[in-house]
Amino acid sequence: MAERKVTRVIKRVTSTGRPTAEPAGTFSFTKEMIPSLANGAKETTFLRSYQQQAWKQYQSLGLPQITQEAWRRTDIRNLQTGSFALPDKKKAAKLPNVPKRLLKPLVGKGHGGQIVLSPNGANVELSKTIAKQGVVFTDLATAAKKHPELLKKALGQVVKPGEGKFAAMAAALASRGVLLYVPKGITVDEPLHSMFWGPGSGLAYFSHILVWVDDGASVTYVHEAASPTADQQTLHAGIVELHVGEGASLRFVELQSWGEHVWNFSHERARLMRDANLDWIFGALGSRLTKNFSEINLEGEGSTARMSGFYFTDGEQHLDHDTQQNHLAPHTTSDLLFKGALEDKSRSVWQGMIHVAPDAQRTDGYQANRNLVLSKHARADSIPGLEIQADDVRCTHGATVGKIDETELFYLLSRGIPNRDARRLIVEGFFDPIMQRIPYEGVRERFQQAIVQKLK
Amino acid sequence: MSELVIHELRVNVGGNEILKGLDLTIEQGRVHALMGPNGSGKTTLAYTLMGHPGYEVTSGEVLFKGQNILDLDPAERSHLGLFLAFQYPVAIPGVSIANFLRTAINSHRKAKDPEDKGLPIPEFRKLLKEKMDLLKMDHSFAGRYLNEGFSGGEKKRAEILQMATLNPEIAILDETDSGLDIDALRNVAEGVEALRGPNFGALVITHYQRILNYVKPDVVHIMLNGKIAETGGPDLALKLEEKGYDWIREKQDEKVTA
Repeated sequence: MAERKVTRVIKRVTSTGRPTAEPAGTFSFTKEMIPSLANGAKETTFLRSYQQQAWKQYQSLGLPQITQEAWRRTDIRNLQTGSFALPDKKKAAKLPNVPKRLLKPLVGKGHGGQIVLSPNGANVELSKTIAKQGVVFTDLATAAKKHPELLKKALGQVVKPGEGKFAAMAAALASRGVLLYVPKGITVDEPLHSMFWGPGSGLAYFSHILVWVDDGASVTYVHEAASPTADQQTLHAGIVELHVGEGASLRFVELQSWGEHVWNFSHERARLMRDANLDWIFGALGSRLTKNFSEINLEGEGSTARMSGFYFTDGEQHLDHDTQQNHLAPHTTSDLLFKGALEDKSRSVWQGMIHVAPDAQRTDGYQANRNLVLSKHARADSIPGLEIQADDVRCTHGATVGKIDETELFYLLSRGIPNRDARRLIVEGFFDPIMQRIPYEGVRERFQQAIVQKLK
Repeated sequence: MSELVIHELRVNVGGNEILKGLDLTIEQGRVHALMGPNGSGKTTLAYTLMGHPGYEVTSGEVLFKGQNILDLDPAERSHLGLFLAFQYPVAIPGVSIANFLRTAINSHRKAKDPEDKGLPIPEFRKLLKEKMDLLKMDHSFAGRYLNEGFSGGEKKRAEILQMATLNPEIAILDETDSGLDIDALRNVAEGVEALRGPNFGALVITHYQRILNYVKPDVVHIMLNGKIAETGGPDLALKLEEKGYDWIREKQDEKVTA
């Protein structure tokens, strides 16, 4: 692999985190669209006040500007803010249903529960065995009705609506979401699966995923967002909040297969308590544009997190992943590897930061981003960063942008392997280190299919 | 019986003419040795025959099975039965030998029959084990990433394994002996000998006579300055070992001045 080593370290300008206020964008959303206010429903006062509060923040926050550090490489001026409508019942009836193949288990042979969130509503299945364990795995609306106390415990604890315009938008307007709660000490044997299905053109989708794994509990959870490609822009804004309690363990597999007309914005964060363990797999294949913030807060001593990301862009896709590993307690470990390949005129941005707080001694942080650029019109930006305030730590990082080596290609061709297959082998080989970290056949297969589809 | 006929081949590399009207014929069933000092154009010949894009053919032709193979891309040349064992095999990270070889075999099958569904995995495993046993290789080799972190000897044995699996009609071995200790050399040579037969022709490119103790050539060619300067029997290699290249150079100069 011909690799160009990028060793630039950019110290991120510490801002107050709040974008400069300006009149709210020209989105056509109104306060009446807040789900807990709609239909005159007597929702829990907690959800209602949370969404109302978020709406206020949404109104006061400006759209992100290219002058802001986090948005410097992702220009959203072409976002047709005024064009998005909510998928009401009438519209929903005309939209395609989720294809069966997307509901097949991605992890293991079956699943213990599945939630399908679509414009037509939520469909929830959970095995009796798991329900008996006291596990709650349900959609947001049901959670508000049946588990208000759990919702109160988990909602808005890890991601704050005020973190950005799109976070506030999702917090205020998300009618579709998931609450997964695993009680103390419970091990869920079978994986749980949710699918957010968002078909159609000119629509706006909001999602809110809440995971609370209580102390000593353990679960594998797969969440996918998907839609078929359509012609007009569609918007998605989402929040993912993950809480991993003391000594608890969460394997979170996340797959983004949005249609290539979707402008996708998400704020995601995991919070790890003492001795907690997180294995986060993050696959990004779809959307026209993505700006994603994924953070890991290692708050408890001895907590460990691993994040394995892969992306493959083609056409005019633009995926921007902003990752942050925050070591906030001593003896914490993080290991992040993001690998991506780029075809056509597509573009990727990865901006990573390891932050070590002053008293987070004896921490071990690793971050790497590797890119394989397959077309001369594609471009990958890779910006690692370290911000270390403790003195007894081990932090390493690496970033590379390379292209297919002609000698490698010739070698494979000389064995009778045609050009496209030779390129596919090299690309698969490039992703192998990340696939090795994903012990789930279904996820690997899905990714391999994407490689075959996207490779020119 | 197919033969590879190289006729008046001229090749430029980076604007310099390296092959200067080379003539050579390699037949199935015979092993040819090609010797020559550094810079005489041996590797250029090997790469050109396989179709490396960095080598520019300015004139001449290479005929194999009734076609001028210079018009074909490297994969098509391979499908026709040509093989090059690289002097410096290339590492392909993340691609196992087994995966790579299965892809190569299936590509060959598909080239012959576009409807082919590929060699079933159990049959492929059996074939690979057979070939590995033939070359006295540990079966765990199949799971390793192609040439990644291989020792010099392992790389060359992997080349021979690929050759044995793809079963070419004409193989070019580009300095397969260089950098090997005597045990590795013997091992590699045995691998070549095992393939020897009426359907296998080879061009063994080497600096040194010693591999020819194990792979006995039928014909020996000496290459100087982009051309074949001398052709003879196995004893030519011994004479070269003894006397060096100068006497051939002198002979060539005489030819030029005459």
